Amino acid sequence: MSQRPSSQPLQDNTVRASIAFLVMAGLLILIGVTQSWALALTILNLCIISALMALGVNIQWGYAGLFNVGIMGFAALGGLAMIIISMPPVKEAWQAGGTRVLFALLAILATLSAALFVHKLLKGKRWHGWAIALVVILGVVLSRSILDPGVTAIEAVNPASTGYLGGLGLPVVLAWMVGGLLAAAAAWLIGKIALGLRSDYLAIATLGISEILVAVMRNEDWLTRGVKNVTGLPRPVPYELELQQTPWFINLVERINAGSLAGLNSNEYATVLQSLVVDSASIFVKLCYTGLFALVLIIILQLCVLALDSPWGRMVRAIRDNEVAADAMGKDVTGRHLQIFILGSAVVGIAGAMLATLDGQFTPGSYSPLRFTFLIWVMVIVGGSGNNLGAVLGGFLVWLIWVEAEPVGFWLMDVLTSGMGDDSGLRKHLLDSAQYMRVIIMGAVLLLVMRFSPWGLLPEQNRQA
Amino acid sequence: MTDFLNALVVFANFVFIPALTYGCQLALGSLGVTMIYSVLRFSNFAQGETMAFGTVITIMMTWWLQSLGVSLGPLPTALLALPVGILVTSWLLLATDRYVYRYYRTQRSKSITFVMASLGVMFIMNGLVRLLLGPNDQNFADGERFFLTADAFRAWSGLDEALVIRTSQALTILLALILVGLLFWFLQRTKTGKAMRAYADNENLALLSGINPDRIVRITWIITAALATVAGVLYGLDKGYKPLAYYNLLLPIFAAVIVGGIGKPIGAVVGGFIIAFSEVIVTYAYKKVLTYLLPPDLAPDGLVQLLSTEYKFAVSFVILVIVLLVKPTGIFKGKVL
Repeated sequence: MSQRPSSQPLQDNTVRASIAFLVMAGLLILIGVTQSWALALTILNLCIISALMALGVNIQWGYAGLFNVGIMGFAALGGLAMIIISMPPVKEAWQAGGTRVLFALLAILATLSAALFVHKLLKGKRWHGWAIALVVILGVVLSRSILDPGVTAIEAVNPASTGYLGGLGLPVVLAWMVGGLLAAAAAWLIGKIALGLRSDYLAIATLGISEILVAVMRNEDWLTRGVKNVTGLPRPVPYELELQQTPWFINLVERINAGSLAGLNSNEYATVLQSLVVDSASIFVKLCYTGLFALVLIIILQLCVLALDSPWGRMVRAIRDNEVAADAMGKDVTGRHLQIFILGSAVVGIAGAMLATLDGQFTPGSYSPLRFTFLIWVMVIVGGSGNNLGAVLGGFLVWLIWVEAEPVGFWLMDVLTSGMGDDSGLRKHLLDSAQYMRVIIMGAVLLLVMRFSPWGLLPEQNRQA
Repeated sequence: MTDFLNALVVFANFVFIPALTYGCQLALGSLGVTMIYSVLRFSNFAQGETMAFGTVITIMMTWWLQSLGVSLGPLPTALLALPVGILVTSWLLLATDRYVYRYYRTQRSKSITFVMASLGVMFIMNGLVRLLLGPNDQNFADGERFFLTADAFRAWSGLDEALVIRTSQALTILLALILVGLLFWFLQRTKTGKAMRAYADNENLALLSGINPDRIVRITWIITAALATVAGVLYGLDKGYKPLAYYNLLLPIFAAVIVGGIGKPIGAVVGGFIIAFSEVIVTYAYKKVLTYLLPPDLAPDGLVQLLSTEYKFAVSFVILVIVLLVKPTGIFKGKVL
C-alpha cells in the first residue's frame, strides 16, 4: 500500500520470513505425509509459479502503485509463446497458408506505419481523424482479404489433430523468455496509452486488453487451435514413460528401496519394483520441474532485490511515495512507471509460459480472471506489497490455501449437513456451492488484510527510518 | 423501392432496435458508475456484479411470485419483483459502504485503494451470486413475448421482411427513458439532487454550506443500486440471465463512462449508446441488407461482417483507447487528472 500507516512495525523481517517459510515447508511435508508426495510436489510447483506471478505484480503495485487488472492476459501471452516457439511446425499448414499469414502481418504493419505517417503529416488539420480512420479501414480490409483464405486453408489441414501453424520447434527455455517479451510488448502498448492519465485508467485498460488477448486465443484457431487446445507441449524434463524404461533410473530406485524390496521372491520383486519405478518416475519428473522453476524464481527474486537496493530502486520508491515531489526533483515519473509496468508484466509472462509447460498443454478456455487476476492480487496483498520476499510467501501460502480449501470446504459442508438426508435438496445445494464459498472467503481475506494489516505478512522494510 | 424498404427493415430489426435496447441497458449501468465516481471518486469495479446480484434477487422473487400464481398478464412478472431486488441490492451496497469503503473515506486514501477494495467486493459478490442461483443460465421472462409480431408487421406493411419488437425490448426502452428522466429531474430540481451535485463539484465547499456527506453517500449508493438492478434485470429479460455476461459488461460500461466524460450523467447515457451502436454495427453481418440494396450480380458471397461477435470487447476497447489518446476528458469534459 502506498500509504504507510504510522504504526508500521519496523522490526527486522529476517526472523519473520524464516519462520513463515519454515511453516510453509512444514505444511507441504504434512500434505506429503497425509495425502501423497506427488500431490505435495504438484502443489509446490504451482506455488513457485504463483510466487513468480505475484513477484511480477508486486513490481508493479509494490514499487510503483500501478494497478494491473489484466494479469490473466499477460499470463496467457506466456502460454502462447510456448506454442509459437516450442511446438514443432506443421509443414502442410505452412505450405497451405503460411505465406498468406506472413503477408497479412506485413499488411498490418504497413497499415500501422501508414496511419502513423498520416498522423504526423496532417497533425492539426481538420480531417486528420477521418484520414487516419480511412487508412485503418482500408488496411483492415486489405489484411483481412489476404489473411482469411490463408486461415481457411490452414484450419483445413487435418483439423482433428493440427489445423494450426504450429511453432518453430525451438527449446522450451527460449519460449519462456519469449513469453516475457510478448507480455512486455503488450504492456508497452497499454502503458503508452494509459500511463500518465488517471490511475484508474490503467486498471480499466489492462482489464480490456486481457479480455481481448484471451478472446483472440480462444478464436484464432490457426494460431492456437482455439478451444480445441494444444496438447503435448514439449518438455524441458524427461518423460515418465521413458524414465520407466531407463536402466540407470530403475537401478537407482532399486538401490533406494533395497530395504523394502529385500526378502521378496522374484515374482513379487518384479511387480513391487515395477510399481515403485512408476511412482518414483512421476516424483522424479516433478522434482526436475521444481528444480528448474526454483532456479528461475531465485534468479528473478535476486534481480528484484538488487534492483530495489540500487539508486534506481530508491528513485522508484521516492516516486511512489510522493509523485509530485519526485517530479519536482526532475525524475521522469511516467517514464519510470512505463518501465516498471513492462518489467512486471514480463515476469508474469515468463510465469505464464512456465505454467503452460507444467500443464503440458495450452487451454485458452481455462484463463479466468478469478484464477489468474484476482488470486494473484490476494497473494500480493497478503504477502506484503513492496516486499519481494513477501510476494513470494504470499504466492506460496495463498495457492496452498486455494488448493486445499476446496476439499476442506467440501468436507466441512459434508460434516455440517450430514444430519440431512442424502436426497435433501438443501444438502445437495450446499455441497455444490462449496466451491463458491472459496471465492467469497478469498474476497473477504483480501478486504480484511487491506483494512487491518495493509503491510501484509512480511512488511516492506522502511529504509528511511 | 420495396428492396430499399426491406433493407431498411432488416437493418432496423437486427441493428437499430437491438443496439438501442443494449444502449439503454449500458446507459443505466454506466450512470451508476458515473454517480459513484462523482460522489465517492473511484471507478467501481463491482458494478457488473452488482447488476448480477440485483438480477438474482429479482429472479428468486419472481419465482416465488410465480409459485403463488401472481402474474402481470402480458408483462413479465419480474417487474413486480423488481422493487424487492432494488431494496435488497441497496441494502447490500450500503453494507459494503459501511464495512469497506467508509474506512478508506475517513482515512482519505488514494482512489486506487478504493478501486482495489471494489475488486475485492466484486469477487465476494461474484461468489454470492453463484451461491444463490448457481452458475447456470436462467430464463425468467414470462408474459407476452412480442410487443410487435412479425405477422402483424407484415400484414400492416406488405413487405417480405418483418420488424419484430420483443416485449423486453420495448420495456427496456420505456423504463430507461423514465428512469433517466427521473434521475435528471432529481439531480437538477430537487434540493437533495442539488446538494449531491454541489458535493460532487467541491466537497469542502459543500461541507461548509451544511450538506451532510453521509446522507449524500447513502443516497448515491441507493440510486446506484436501483439503476444497476433495473439494468441487470432488463439485460436478463432481453438476453437471458448468464452470470458471466454481467462480468463481461464491465468493459463496455467503463468505456461508455469514459467516452461520455467521467462523472457526467449525460455523458454516461450518450457513451452507453455510442458503445452499443458501435458494437452492434461492427459485429453485424450485412449480407442480407446488401442483397436487397445491390443488384443481383453484385450480391456479396460472404457474410460481410467487419468483426466476429467474439471480438465485441475489442470494439469498446478500441473506442476507449481512441478517447484516451485523443480526448481523455471525454465528450462532455468529465474529470481527468
